Amino acid sequence: MTRISLTVDGATVADDVEPRMLLVQYLRERLGKTGTVIGCDTSNCGACTVHLDGQSVKSCNVLAVQADGATVTTIEGLAQNGTLHPVQEAFRECHGLQCGFCTPGMIMQSVDLLNNNPSPSEEEIRLGLEGNLCRCTGYHNIVRAVQHAAAQGSSTAGATS
Amino acid sequence: MIPAQFDYVAPASVEDALAALAEHGDDAKIIAGGQSLLPVLRMRLNAPEWIIDLGRIESLRGVRDDGDSIVIGAMTPHSVVGSDPLVAEHATLITRAVEHLADAQVRHRGTFGGALAHADPAGDLGAPVRALGASFVIQGPGGTRTVSADDFFVDLFETAIGDDEILTEVRVPKHTGWGAHYEKFVRVAHQWPIVAVAATVRVEGGTIAEARIGLTNMGSTPLRAAAVEAALAGQPATEAAVRAAAAHAAEGTHPPSDLNGDADYRRHLATVITRRAVLAAAGA
Amino acid sequence: MTATAVDHEIGRDRRRKEDQRLITGRTRWTDNIVLPGMLHLAMVRSPFAHANIASIDTSEAQQAPNVIAVLTGADFGDELGVCINAWPITPDQVTPVHSPMPSDRVSFAGEIVAVVVARSAAEARDAAELVEVEYDELPAALDLKEAAADSVLAHPDLGTNKSALWVFDSGEAGTGGNVEDAIGKARADGIVIEREYRQQRLIPAFMEPRSVVVDPTGEQLVMYSATQIPHILRFALAATTGVPESKIRVIAPDVGGGFGGKLQVTPEEWIAWAVGRRVGKPVKYTETRSESLMSGHHGRDQWQKLTLAAEKDGTVTGLKVELLADLGAYVAIVGGGVPVLGAFMFNAIYKFPAYHFACQTVLTNKTWTDAYRGAGRPEATYAIERLMDELAAEVGVDPLEVREKNWIKHEEFPFTTVAGLEYDSGNYEAATAKARQMFGYDELRAEQMARRASGDPVQLGIGVSTFTEMCGLAPSRVLGQLDYGAGGWEYASVRMLATGKVEVTTGASAHGQGHETAFSQIVADRLGVAFEDVEVLHGDTAVAHKGLDTYGSRSLAVGGEALVRAADKVVEKAKPIAAHLLEASVEDIDFAGGRFSVRGTDQGMAIGEIATAVFAAHNLPDGVEPSLDSDATYDPVNFSFPHGTHLCAIEVDTETGALKMRKYVCVDDVGNIINPLIVSGQVHGGLVQGIAQALWEEAVYDDSGTLVSGSFVDYLLPTAADTISFDIDHTTSPATTHSLGVKGVGEAGTIASTPAVVNAVVDALRQYGVHDIQMPCTPERVWRAIQGGGAGGSTEGAAMPHFDPSEPGQDSTEGAGA
Ligand SMILES: Cc1cc2nc3c(=O)[nH]c(=O)nc-3n(C[C@H](O)[C@H](O)[C@H](O)COP(=O)(O)OP(=O)(O)OC[C@H]3O[C@@H](n4cnc5c(N)ncnc54)[C@H](O)[C@@H]3O)c2cc1C
Ligand code: FES
Ligand code: FES
Repeated sequence: MTRISLTVDGATVADDVEPRMLLVQYLRERLGKTGTVIGCDTSNCGACTVHLDGQSVKSCNVLAVQADGATVTTIEGLAQNGTLHPVQEAFRECHGLQCGFCTPGMIMQSVDLLNNNPSPSEEEIRLGLEGNLCRCTGYHNIVRAVQHAAAQGSSTAGATS
Repeated sequence: MIPAQFDYVAPASVEDALAALAEHGDDAKIIAGGQSLLPVLRMRLNAPEWIIDLGRIESLRGVRDDGDSIVIGAMTPHSVVGSDPLVAEHATLITRAVEHLADAQVRHRGTFGGALAHADPAGDLGAPVRALGASFVIQGPGGTRTVSADDFFVDLFETAIGDDEILTEVRVPKHTGWGAHYEKFVRVAHQWPIVAVAATVRVEGGTIAEARIGLTNMGSTPLRAAAVEAALAGQPATEAAVRAAAAHAAEGTHPPSDLNGDADYRRHLATVITRRAVLAAAGA
Repeated sequence: MTATAVDHEIGRDRRRKEDQRLITGRTRWTDNIVLPGMLHLAMVRSPFAHANIASIDTSEAQQAPNVIAVLTGADFGDELGVCINAWPITPDQVTPVHSPMPSDRVSFAGEIVAVVVARSAAEARDAAELVEVEYDELPAALDLKEAAADSVLAHPDLGTNKSALWVFDSGEAGTGGNVEDAIGKARADGIVIEREYRQQRLIPAFMEPRSVVVDPTGEQLVMYSATQIPHILRFALAATTGVPESKIRVIAPDVGGGFGGKLQVTPEEWIAWAVGRRVGKPVKYTETRSESLMSGHHGRDQWQKLTLAAEKDGTVTGLKVELLADLGAYVAIVGGGVPVLGAFMFNAIYKFPAYHFACQTVLTNKTWTDAYRGAGRPEATYAIERLMDELAAEVGVDPLEVREKNWIKHEEFPFTTVAGLEYDSGNYEAATAKARQMFGYDELRAEQMARRASGDPVQLGIGVSTFTEMCGLAPSRVLGQLDYGAGGWEYASVRMLATGKVEVTTGASAHGQGHETAFSQIVADRLGVAFEDVEVLHGDTAVAHKGLDTYGSRSLAVGGEALVRAADKVVEKAKPIAAHLLEASVEDIDFAGGRFSVRGTDQGMAIGEIATAVFAAHNLPDGVEPSLDSDATYDPVNFSFPHGTHLCAIEVDTETGALKMRKYVCVDDVGNIINPLIVSGQVHGGLVQGIAQALWEEAVYDDSGTLVSGSFVDYLLPTAADTISFDIDHTTSPATTHSLGVKGVGEAGTIASTPAVVNAVVDALRQYGVHDIQMPCTPERVWRAIQGGGAGGSTEGAAMPHFDPSEPGQDSTEGAGA
């Protein structure tokens, strides 16, 4: 067991974990942050995307011990004081989700994308989401949602970490 | 999805990491960004007893100017390399290759040194560093040695790094003012390249004075397309001349056959993609 | 407080009710569920496609830390139950017994031979690695055509791989002429097109891996499962494991996509059920993606031999279809019924005078196959839409022209087809005209000619698909005639709560389709209450106690209609009470906009007020029960038949074979639209799945029967970067057989798009003498076709080894998968 402490969605947490525990398992099983989900075992799907020290990562491909001392933001920490993040709002507005399983990862990656590039072209959006798979939407409305959020100036409102 | 049990250390210096490696020997594995290692552990294709994390060693991170070369620390994440102004200016080819390596999340974690140490023949960094004639600084119990890019890649997933050694940095000779292009052929965006070509050229008055070309996934290691480089030297930067030279791209290669294409198809692709990469690099 | 009702909910692009939870991570996927004392399962799976199990040594695993039990098939008797086939397509169908965990012989790579029960998932996995199984390998039946010849047997005891031969002949059925006569005549003085097409094996690849939790600690045994079919699952558990149906509660919590892939009763569910009952503690099993790809059912996998007879001018005179369909190792719940669902659709929108269909289902030692989005209808649509393009080329006319010559004209509806179905409505001319105009058809044809003339290395292809499908499964009578093991009705109930809110239950079970929203809109209109005041409950057999679940684009056409009827009953029940309270006679009561009013006066009461009065029950007419709650079970009288015209432009890089989609236009007629936002989402998602069959996806096995495309590294799903924005629109000819006029939209995009894409690719390459590219149309296949190498053979059975230094992909073997 290794002792770790970190900040997750604004709260400081500390636990003894097996070194083999993945960050996504730590979030789900220890912290009950089940909003972050697991869709694959090769780190291709992006469903588990969270922000680690302000940058998007696939939390299935990070050990919990590697996140010791870090700040993590999950889909559950994105809304501030009950107000949805503009990207969350945009996904609903543009029907950017169906079953919703890819959605936490898609939203977290979209926020990262807009943080780095507040007014992306359609092509930049599509490339920026290449690490996230969705089986339901055909991506059309996900792209619309990111465009919609960009038009609302989401990056200023939605800096995380 | 869950790796087998292991113990974990996160040393604060290269020396401590080397000491840990020495202590645990064959039972230990280094983790850098973990983007290739963790999937292997999760599918239990490998089960080391010790994981030595280089993530806390600050000295292995960053890019610096060192006269004729730029030096990229092994633990510098792809996203940092990709946006680094020194790299962009003096080793544009690397900037171009990193742009489309994996995806944004993987680029935030995966490291320059880790990708090269992993030595996946489909990895995107081998061909550009070979083309640029980079050298690899490797530190071990006996001190530090430098290995040329030509000697670094030994075979599939095998490099010149010994079991008790660590890759600390990669020195890339400056190619300031060279045109560069990395052309990657994939079926879907999140794939490793089926074939890719790294081309950088120095054009003087419409003539290709010098060309350096690396091939990805055309053999068990990244390759140099020496015959193309020779054929290009002194040629005009025109479609016809480049096409003729690029026809040599598959010479001496041993590409794999797999789900994504047979060897002969890859050989054909190499010639087309080399032509396109060189023309793009030459701005033609 | 109750919100106020709007005039018309139906037709509004309401934002979805279910989204708030999903975008904030407040979700309840099965894998999120944690119960007191819960144990975790790990499966030990066969690495071999076909082998006798010589021995299983669990002793070391039993000793591992925190292991509660290690169990094999031999440790269970009948309590394990069996996985059922609900649709024996012929009386003499050969059906192997499907034990969830066989103890003697494994029949595909990935089959479960032992299960470890431990306190944590990690410890269960650790111990599973310690189970030692000795196998005696048997020859495996892998190639579909070879298996059909019985050269190697998938189940030696059955003596054959041939499971069932299902035949429809229009001459015999009296729905048309004799197809052999038509072909004979066409050979003499007409056109005969003979083709063989491959429907490659696909994997549904829903994003949420399957997961099951069994809780045996209570009077009812509860199963939570990531399933599309909680009601069918409950029935099958009762029927095969001896637990009374009344003691079983099945809950499908949030389900992350299905596409047919979760329309199954699975070995994993049955094992979890047996283990939970055995250990008396809650147990959970969640598969990994690799397990999902390897052992969740696959889809498609057919060879289609097709003969189309026509007159010289392109008038089709007959179609003969001979299919070989790969069942995999077992006959799954729908199983061989999937190709049969396509049997009625090969004639599509056309007036063919003669038709013959024969499908041979075949057992092999691969993962079992079953429904995948479209189920039978994409295969049929692909075949006929590819053939119509071939016919156009043969006649030398535009592909739209040959279609128009043969299709049913809008004034000819209702139309009885050569397959015996009655199409109630449609307008192919209108959809095609609109699509053509949106696409800029003539301009793109001109560009195509220009590129051809200049020898551009990038050539342009234009693909057409004018599809129809049957959905709204299904009139129970028809299912009975087909020997399907259940009916096709659906159930709904409407409960009026004391506060004036409305609670709706439906037997349909949503997993991403937006039922909560669409059903709320229907009820809001019908009862004149606010959209926000309607709550839709589903996916729990204790809440929606009756139902036949969600598949086959049936939820709206069948489940929606049941809901309309239940709501109408509420109004009927409320009327006498309203009359009583308003001191008027029932004949003078009108109901509109949520209000009961006395004709000719300004007196009235809102339905919510009546609900409150009924709850109090202080003042009701004599003999009237104090309840407005109503339910309805609706059995459709006919299928519904959406249709549409899809046009696709693809650029082909002739130097590499790479394909780039340039434009995609579709105009679908899905009948009336309840919520255009949801409909567009269904179309987009369906399009990409169909396009992915054409271009990317394929489940490939090597010649020892191992699934090579066994992870998302090698089973290629497209990303946002591989797809484009679509231009979609609609024409509307409402379904005439029920009151909502909806037709179903869940599968349309998938069914239509695959042939549109392949037609575009072939259209670009026809100038090089190419008339087919096998799916998926990989760059290599396209390039080889241009080099004169034909349609492209099987896919190499080897993966790139990125994460697996021990298995370099340098030495490859020829895949048996195609
Ligand atoms: C979904 C996905 C897609 C990807 N796509 C691509 C792609 O298209 N192109 C591409 O090039 N790569 C791709 N990658 C791989 C990515 O580039 C990895 O970041 C890289 O291969 C490994 O870098 P890392 O820092 O993560 O190393 P790790 O995974 O930590 O280590 C990899 C190996 O190198 C060894 N090692 C690491 N650092 C050192 C060192 N300093 N000294 C000695 N040994 C060391 C480790 O022991 C291990 O064996 C992808 C990865 C994923 C998960
Ligand atoms: S679960 Fe992390 S990328 Fe799929
Ligand atoms: S919404 Fe279902 S996977 Fe994206």
